[in-house]
Amino acid sequence: MKHYEVEILDAKTRDKLCFLDKVEPNATIAEIKNLFTKSHPQWYPARQSLRLDPKGKSLKDEDVLQNLPVGTTATLYFRDLGAQISWVTVFLTEYAGPLLIYLLFYFRVPFIYGPKYDFTSSKHSVVHLACICHSFHYIKRLLETIFVHRFSHGTMPLRNIFKNCTYYWGFAAWMAYYINHPLYTPPTYGDEQVKLALIIFLFCQLGNFSIHIALRNLRPAGSKTRKIPYPTKNPFTWLFLLVSCPNYTYEVGSWIGFAIMTQCLPVALFSLVGFIQMTIWAKGKHRSYLKEFRDYPPLRSPIIPFLL
Amino acid sequence: MASSEEDGAGSGSQEEKEKGRKRRLGALATAWLIGYNIAMTAGWLVLAIAMARFYMQKGTYKGLYKTIQKTLKFFQTFAVLEVVHCAIVRTSVLVTGVQVSSRIFMVWFITHSIKQIQNEESVILFLVVWTVTEITRYSFYTFNLLNHLPYFIKWARYNFFIILYPVGVAGELLTIHAALPYVKKTGIFSLRLPNKYNVSFDYYYFLIIVMASYIPLFPQLYFHMLWQRRKVLHGEVIVEKDD
Repeated sequence: MKHYEVEILDAKTRDKLCFLDKVEPNATIAEIKNLFTKSHPQWYPARQSLRLDPKGKSLKDEDVLQNLPVGTTATLYFRDLGAQISWVTVFLTEYAGPLLIYLLFYFRVPFIYGPKYDFTSSKHSVVHLACICHSFHYIKRLLETIFVHRFSHGTMPLRNIFKNCTYYWGFAAWMAYYINHPLYTPPTYGDEQVKLALIIFLFCQLGNFSIHIALRNLRPAGSKTRKIPYPTKNPFTWLFLLVSCPNYTYEVGSWIGFAIMTQCLPVALFSLVGFIQMTIWAKGKHRSYLKEFRDYPPLRSPIIPFLL
Repeated sequence: MASSEEDGAGSGSQEEKEKGRKRRLGALATAWLIGYNIAMTAGWLVLAIAMARFYMQKGTYKGLYKTIQKTLKFFQTFAVLEVVHCAIVRTSVLVTGVQVSSRIFMVWFITHSIKQIQNEESVILFLVVWTVTEITRYSFYTFNLLNHLPYFIKWARYNFFIILYPVGVAGELLTIHAALPYVKKTGIFSLRLPNKYNVSFDYYYFLIIVMASYIPLFPQLYFHMLWQRRKVLHGEVIVEKDD
């Protein structure tokens, strides 16, 4: 069996960083990354981007050396992706924050509303319901992160955690402040409005969960395969007939429900910002589906049936 | 911030690049931009002359703002178009947007809305800075588009800011600071609880945050302009040496 030689150069400066000899032809990029880390321990595999061309696309961890368009002496270019953090860590941190922060406001912990309100309770039933819904939403997200989601990438850049936590924690504090405020005004249309909002919220929570389960079942444990998602026996998944990312559709729906329930402008703004971000993601995902699968169902839109 | 300058229509690069970029602009777009920049140069010149005349006739600047406010509001507001121009002129929409927004903010949400501060010295300070800056900037763009850029205009555009920018920032900050007590007293642009939208907004604290934001933003913009200046004027020197 002929062995390969692999030299790794810096993509920007073209400096020779590492020379590996006696590399197996069936070695994967993941294995080469591990070998590279041995000589440069500060660059753990997750922060390595190896490519065939300094300005080209990153090679995938599963790519096999002998299947690449290289001679028996392969030249790979290295780019440092910066400090990385696992997706699981980011998700747990960004979701645990809102859960706890909202409760601080709900229980009217000191230094928020003024001493005479410390540890008092709201007299409006909708405020208690809102706390249950908000907490349920984030507990569901935490559990899904641990038990349901299968991530294609292990890590993301470290700076993302600051950006993401600022967003989630900031908005959670902003909306919790008003909903749990002693001067909170309950919804204009009273119980009818709250009832309708609760139905929308629960429906969308169930819908979102159903989609997450369906997506999990598409991909076997440990694999990174991508398949077209289709409706299953669960009626909530029938939204796949019309939309590529129904999880986002249901998520927006949940927050609209919560906004109607609390009649709180910061919640509406949070829903709007979330909707814009999720639309961008959905359009990207939709485009990848179309590129990857010739037989992708033409009726589907990215996030809103027929519209967006 | 509001008196900062930024690359606009074909500025800050060598002759050929400018000609090339101009060639890519359609004839109609070029004609529009030339017309726009001439009009804006004229408008700010009119403002400068009106301000000078007022001071020469009255010997004071009290009441000066009231006299020139319509012209100021017209030409400064019209500059919102420059965000649209970014589509033709290849400038950053974000930077232009921030620049124009901060001017609109000062004119409409400070000096127009909080009338008690209109006779402050700081207002005259930033008005003078803005006037000199804009006359320089718009005439620079005009001559650039016409491919006949006198060196002294280029020199002015890339040197005046060194003094004008910090002075303008000082004028703006002092003005906002002077407005604070009146904002607190009248509660203008503020929304208090309880209300049916369950939200509140305190313009007083918002202004304090705006003032604080100058601290990180001003040095960044200032050093960016210094860097641009070195690139443009330094590049100029190299060309001359080759002759």
